[in-house]
Amino acid sequence: MKVQGTAHKVGDHIDTDAIIPARFLVTTDSKVLGENCMEGLEAGWVSRVKENDVMVGGVNFGCGSSREHAPISILGAGIPVVLAHSFARIFYRNGFNMGLVLLEIGDDIDKFSDTDEIEVDTTTGVIKNMTTGVTVQAAAVPPFMQEILNVGGLVEYAKTKLA
Amino acid sequence: MGQTLAEKILQKHTDQEVSGAGQIVQCKVDMVLANDITAPLAIKSFTAMGAKKVFDQDKISLVCDHFTPNKDIDSAEQVKVVREFAEKMGVTHYYECGEVGVEHALLPEKGIVGPGDIVVGADSHTCTYGGLGAFATGMGSTDIGAAMALGETWFKVPPTIKVNLTGTPQQYVGAKDFVLNQIGQLGVSGALYKALEYSGEVVDNMSIEGRMTIANMAIEAGGKVGLFPVDQKTLDYAANAGFAGGEAMVPDADAEYERVLNIDVTDMAPQVACPHLPDNVKAVDDTAGLQIHQAVIGSCTNGRIEDMREAAAILKGRKVDPKVRCIILPATPAIWKACMSEGLMEVFMDSGCIVGPPTCGPCLGGHMGILAGGERCIATTNRNFKGRMGSLDAEVFLSNPAVAAASAIAGEIINPAKI
Repeated sequence: MKVQGTAHKVGDHIDTDAIIPARFLVTTDSKVLGENCMEGLEAGWVSRVKENDVMVGGVNFGCGSSREHAPISILGAGIPVVLAHSFARIFYRNGFNMGLVLLEIGDDIDKFSDTDEIEVDTTTGVIKNMTTGVTVQAAAVPPFMQEILNVGGLVEYAKTKLA
Repeated sequence: MGQTLAEKILQKHTDQEVSGAGQIVQCKVDMVLANDITAPLAIKSFTAMGAKKVFDQDKISLVCDHFTPNKDIDSAEQVKVVREFAEKMGVTHYYECGEVGVEHALLPEKGIVGPGDIVVGADSHTCTYGGLGAFATGMGSTDIGAAMALGETWFKVPPTIKVNLTGTPQQYVGAKDFVLNQIGQLGVSGALYKALEYSGEVVDNMSIEGRMTIANMAIEAGGKVGLFPVDQKTLDYAANAGFAGGEAMVPDADAEYERVLNIDVTDMAPQVACPHLPDNVKAVDDTAGLQIHQAVIGSCTNGRIEDMREAAAILKGRKVDPKVRCIILPATPAIWKACMSEGLMEVFMDSGCIVGPPTCGPCLGGHMGILAGGERCIATTNRNFKGRMGSLDAEVFLSNPAVAAASAIAGEIINPAKI
């Protein structure tokens, strides 16, 4: 799948309280969570986002809480892909389970600036910066996690185990 | 090649041969946990998976501790979802109302988790049980929904960083200071995807409660687990709590470590994590004099009876600064009761503290202690992210209970040795 959209750069150590503060955790509704995405970083942050845009984080993106509301809120905001230098462990697992594409690209993250136009091939992990012309390759997804993605996420994977 | 503690426990729960870091293994789990924020999503996923029953009614814990006593209609509705699910599934370990405590203080106290277990929880501080020698780790709700149905989950075997704690600590320096210092040295992503394993004479001499304080904050360095060896002290604690089973466990002498971090605690001062990350750690005297508006003593990090005693020893015969709200939250009903029988409640009330029910409320900016813009709080909790406890313009400093109590009295951050 190819995704093309505008980059929203958010920096290092973006924590789950920044992605979706605790006061919004009284719902599991992806629309409400999406409308408040990144409200802990900056009030009204989500207003700049349009469907299929790409979040660009730095080191340790998604650190903190296990709240699955965080990837749900990013997806709810219309963002299908997050690029980062690295991801926090629980967030990384949650992203895959929810179907949010997470691509780890290390120091190559510096090749993307806020408002750059980006094209991501989520299957091959090839990321093109349409603004600068630079192309980077994301780290491979571990085969077992790829297997979960291939069947459509953890809910589908568990369904086959329970059948 | 010998095995680390993490590898040993994973090996006990899988038929696959655990051969080293990076391998993905499928393991049986001994306990699956969720709370009032994360369980509703886990139940949603559980249902979507087509699951009809939980894998074992005795191996699921549902603890409604975050927004309880319910702060509004929405949070009450969430608890209702959890309560009805627990009833329908016949979940043994369901806790709310007068039985509820902060989950990671409650489960060890009730003997529900113990040495050698694999515990997965939809809460990042599930790693607390590493203090008891359990491979315990946080996950998201859907992973937990699957584990509730299947009784197993997958793990990537983590590389291990060994943390050696040596020396003799000074007065007012303890477990919280050791772990803050370690996070300061490693950084908040220093143990990303890794296990932390503790050893050294300080660990041998430390209480189980202290070990749980350290294990609790493994996630604050990015860690998957924070593991302590199982010694006689652990076995006694687990047995007294009613935990059946558990055996002594140490890592193999030839286990492979990615890195060894040696920390001599002898000259360590009380530590304070400054805004807005837990690795922004300084000696307390370097933060002294900063005016505070609130102190919070409680949470899954430092809300146990030892922490209450430590705070009370400072507060006894003194008054909280009238401009400071000092909130004390004993983490479980049993700790509350112990505070009463030991006379600590009287100390707290006489000194002008606000004593609340067991709840996670203020730690995550849920309720009962939200900060306004421009306010500063010193807390024994585990996170000081921007906006964590309320306003984006507020500041949270993390410390041990003695520093928090002393600061409440002084109205500013202070070394307890100076009051």
